[in-house]
Amino acid sequence: MHRPFWIALSLICAAYLLFWGFMLGATATYTSPTEIWSVLISREIRYATGLSLITCTLAALASLIVAVPIGYLMSRARFPGRSLVDAALDIPIVLPPMVVGLCLLIFFQTPIGQGIEKLIPFTYTVAGVALAQFVIAAAFAIRTMRGVFDHLSARPEDVAMTLGCTRAQAVWHVTLPAARRGMFAAASVAWARSLGEFGPVLVFAGATRMKTEVLPTSVWLAWSVGELEQGVAVSLLMIALSMAVLIAIRLTGERA
Amino acid sequence: MIRLQNISWKAGAFALENVSFDVPAASYAVLMGRTGTGKTSLVEIICGLRSPHHGQVWLNNRDVTRIPPGQRGLGFVPQDGALFPTMTVADQIGFALRIQKAPPNTINATVQELASEMAITHLLDRKPTGLSGGEKQRVALARALAAKPAVLLLDEPLAAVDEDTQSDLIQLLKRTQQQHQITVLHVTHSRRETEALATLRLRLENHAVHIDSP
Repeated sequence: MHRPFWIALSLICAAYLLFWGFMLGATATYTSPTEIWSVLISREIRYATGLSLITCTLAALASLIVAVPIGYLMSRARFPGRSLVDAALDIPIVLPPMVVGLCLLIFFQTPIGQGIEKLIPFTYTVAGVALAQFVIAAAFAIRTMRGVFDHLSARPEDVAMTLGCTRAQAVWHVTLPAARRGMFAAASVAWARSLGEFGPVLVFAGATRMKTEVLPTSVWLAWSVGELEQGVAVSLLMIALSMAVLIAIRLTGERA
Repeated sequence: MIRLQNISWKAGAFALENVSFDVPAASYAVLMGRTGTGKTSLVEIICGLRSPHHGQVWLNNRDVTRIPPGQRGLGFVPQDGALFPTMTVADQIGFALRIQKAPPNTINATVQELASEMAITHLLDRKPTGLSGGEKQRVALARALAAKPAVLLLDEPLAAVDEDTQSDLIQLLKRTQQQHQITVLHVTHSRRETEALATLRLRLENHAVHIDSP
């Protein structure tokens, strides 16, 4: 009786996935494997790949370090102004990425920013690439960790406290071990977001070959000089890396 | 003993007002009340998981109102057992002693002793996933007793198990209370549990606790 309804929904889903399949298929077959390989082993792309892998990993780890305590706070604590803090945490998600890069650039012109720059130079440096990736990725990691803690009952923690734990000990011994899959998912989401981050990296860290060039920058540089094959090869590498992250998240049983 | 003196607590429209009652040492008190009357909140106040706005909580002749939950000398078994998801049964039972940094041989001896008492020795290497409701409650009970508390708080411990298991657990609770000479406050809305276990019947109604005559 409800068959036409489900068939209609299935058709919409199939059409959507088919569209994506065609897009990815077209990209994958745009150029020859030999051409892709020659691009991927070039010195510049190997550098950009290495830099992407390193900065994404740093950004993901830093994101996790802030996401676990903030996610826990937002999930478990009730305090005045909580909804305001909640909205503020989503700012990096809703802000246009270029604006985030511009904000970073301007912040590092202020006296506080200049002071930080004296310790670790960020503007137009490799550290700046990781920072630009981190500011966006952390917001997604926080959202993921909050969801993870929302789904974990607070009761075992309460029991641990009656058994002699402080709140911090209860979180350490009981909640964090139970949240480890979620932590992996949050880090993976942050890593994948960092891999695709382009706007803030371009504005804040620049696009200097063999210095601050990451994979999205490579696609943009290739496209801007009309070398579409090179852009396609790098895009395919990024698709493969993103798929690997997606599979890793699914295998851990968490939906990011 | 458990003594509550003029406990008041409020959250939104919900309130407990001037709740006072005494549970003498080594007795088995059952607190009844309809859903939403604040039974669990009261247990959490005794545990130290919530702070009352007014009044005092006394356990074993000691004012514990401002003392953290872990230093109150009590054991707590919530409705579903609330087992630690990633620990084996043995690790759960030994948890309180490990936190107190007890020597490993003391921890092992206590784990074996309580596992035998609760008839869960065969489950010691298992994790909570896959344990039945009754098994979970036995593990939760053993975990709560490991640090030899003077007071045991049970929040609807039999609500999530079938009738046969309820009968077994009722016998186990009775035996455990007598063997350990522990003061028990058991929260339920089951008359059957009350009749089988209570030496003192309390009823939470209209924001206050009343003593029911047997």
